[in-house]
Amino acid sequence: MKIKKNIPLIDQHDKNGFWGKFGGNFIPETLKKPVEDLTILFEKLRKDKKFIQERDYYFKNWLGSPTRFIKLENLTDHLDGAQIWTKVVSDLNGGAHKSLNATVHCLLAKRAGKKYIVGDTGAGYAGKMLSMAAKKFGLKCKIFMGAKDIKRQKPNCDAMRANNAEIVPVYTGSQTLVDAVSECMRYWVSNCDTTAMCVGSTVGPNIFVKICGWSTSQISKELLIQIKDEFGEIPKKLKLINCVGGGSSSFGFWNEFMHYNKKQVEFIGVEAGGPKNSKKHAAPLTYGSKIGVLHGAMQYVNQDAEGQIEETESISAGLDYPGVSPLHCFLKDTKRARYTAATDEEALNAYQLVTKFESLNPSLEPSHAFAEAIKIAPKLSKDTVLCINSCGDALKDRDILKKRLGK
Amino acid sequence: MTVSPISLAFKKCKKEKRPALLTYTVAGDNTKKKSLEILNSISKYVDICELGFPHNTPIGDGGQIQTASYRAIKNGIKMKDIFQIVNKFKNRKNSKPLILMGYYNMICRYGENKFLNKCKQVGVNGLIVVDLPWPDNKKFAKKCKKKSVTFVQLLSPTTSKKRIKKIINDSHDMIYYISMLSTTGGKLKISPKKILENYNSIKKINKSKNIVIGFGITIKTINSLKKADGLVVGSAICNEISKSINNRQNPVTNVTNIVSLLKKRIS
Repeated sequence: MKIKKNIPLIDQHDKNGFWGKFGGNFIPETLKKPVEDLTILFEKLRKDKKFIQERDYYFKNWLGSPTRFIKLENLTDHLDGAQIWTKVVSDLNGGAHKSLNATVHCLLAKRAGKKYIVGDTGAGYAGKMLSMAAKKFGLKCKIFMGAKDIKRQKPNCDAMRANNAEIVPVYTGSQTLVDAVSECMRYWVSNCDTTAMCVGSTVGPNIFVKICGWSTSQISKELLIQIKDEFGEIPKKLKLINCVGGGSSSFGFWNEFMHYNKKQVEFIGVEAGGPKNSKKHAAPLTYGSKIGVLHGAMQYVNQDAEGQIEETESISAGLDYPGVSPLHCFLKDTKRARYTAATDEEALNAYQLVTKFESLNPSLEPSHAFAEAIKIAPKLSKDTVLCINSCGDALKDRDILKKRLGK
Repeated sequence: MTVSPISLAFKKCKKEKRPALLTYTVAGDNTKKKSLEILNSISKYVDICELGFPHNTPIGDGGQIQTASYRAIKNGIKMKDIFQIVNKFKNRKNSKPLILMGYYNMICRYGENKFLNKCKQVGVNGLIVVDLPWPDNKKFAKKCKKKSVTFVQLLSPTTSKKRIKKIINDSHDMIYYISMLSTTGGKLKISPKKILENYNSIKKINKSKNIVIGFGITIKTINSLKKADGLVVGSAICNEISKSINNRQNPVTNVTNIVSLLKKRIS
């Protein structure tokens, strides 16, 4: 397995939809046709200048792209090592990168003549953004969400309801993201003739991985320009640190830097290690989970010896997923990216430190990435540039933060 | 080449001028022992038994089968138990052809070859893998054939004509037609007449293939579809097990009653 140059990574799959050993289309027969229709539509529109103009128009004028790229001066001084920079992707309309994918899916659904769109959500951001975009583009929207997540991410649920979306609580299994995705796919099996489906991350059957990766790559497109503007060139030592759940923000944060030498531009993915003393985690890449099929794609996934998908545990609903994007599995095996995990406690500590020194309010998901940055920065030289994707705003976490930190 | 037990079962039904009755139950639902007892007990009315190996992230199953699957997994059912159930069932005198049905990750984890060897050893006659559609299943289907295990291809109302022809071309002696856009156990949302119309247009392509219809079939609807080669009832049975447990009744008796009724409706 090797990454090819000059071809976008999302297009480096074989004719069966596999990036190396990962990906594919493990779906019921009923979904073959809608998946094929979506594939044809997407491959046509991504070459269509008018469609691209439309996408760029909404990214810029509605979502507020480009988002800021700023230096965290105080945190840099405090850690006294590498420079700490962040891309404040949470500036986007809605407060997270999920709005990029949601917007593209709604634009595609409109072109396909669909009146309804459904989606899954964990932290509630994918659901909030989809409901927001659906409202903007006149689509009726249903969001599938685990009952446990509905309880712990109330602010985002309120936002979804305000956007007139119906939230469908999912009570099966662990009542989190994994079950929400399953239920959403089941709903699509039954309603694929009238309804479009948006998978909330770079997971699922091949085409959903591609559409999401294509959409979130906007982040690195902006970042590449901003870094060149700031430093005049790409720094000799640049590390791009991002949390990894399904992997949509990290893939988007890295994509345009894919072909730089990894010694110059290192990718560090931080998975959710779960509570410090718990055996459960949501870090299949870090803890060597076996390859298996989840939600239509071959990937590293937490599973038992029988092939049952294992329950995960993380303070961060957005990272609380037993599998991970086939793109990240591929990046791991080709050694282009390095993966590690942060525990719940480390993420909370990072959140406290960042908010103490900076006027930035990263949600629990990017707090995992900040935890890794805080860990490595003091050991690195001052000409090393660490850039963290602050991909979500902590507004949605206010109940958890209050409970855990008393604020 | 010898004729497979599955083909023989269809032949017998054709002689009796009725569709084959196929049932679906989940291995280990609600216990390992009970699920074997259910198989043994319904065997006398059923022509082919489908037995589900439960997976905890099923993307094609409706509520009733999900409930049955979670119940079985919660009770600790393992692949080795499932093969044991099959083995015991097949060793009885009047057992029927048996098809295992489930999701690919379980097979993948067990190891494709090891899984098929075990299938052959315990007497599994066919396999349905919900999330391994054509053409991705071509290699695996060939492996099945080598072990005399029928790989059952699925067709759906969304499958294009062109694709249907290719799938039929690669199919073995039984094909499963999904009646409507639904997960298992949905309410019939199109008329039986329309389902049979679709069914007949598929049947015309190759009359020698045995095509069964499944999804949404209950005591109420089964009679209206009896022109098909075979009819599968799954969720209605799983639901009967759920009801029996809730009412503290014996699921074996209740399921047997419902299956004998189903049989009457198509005889």
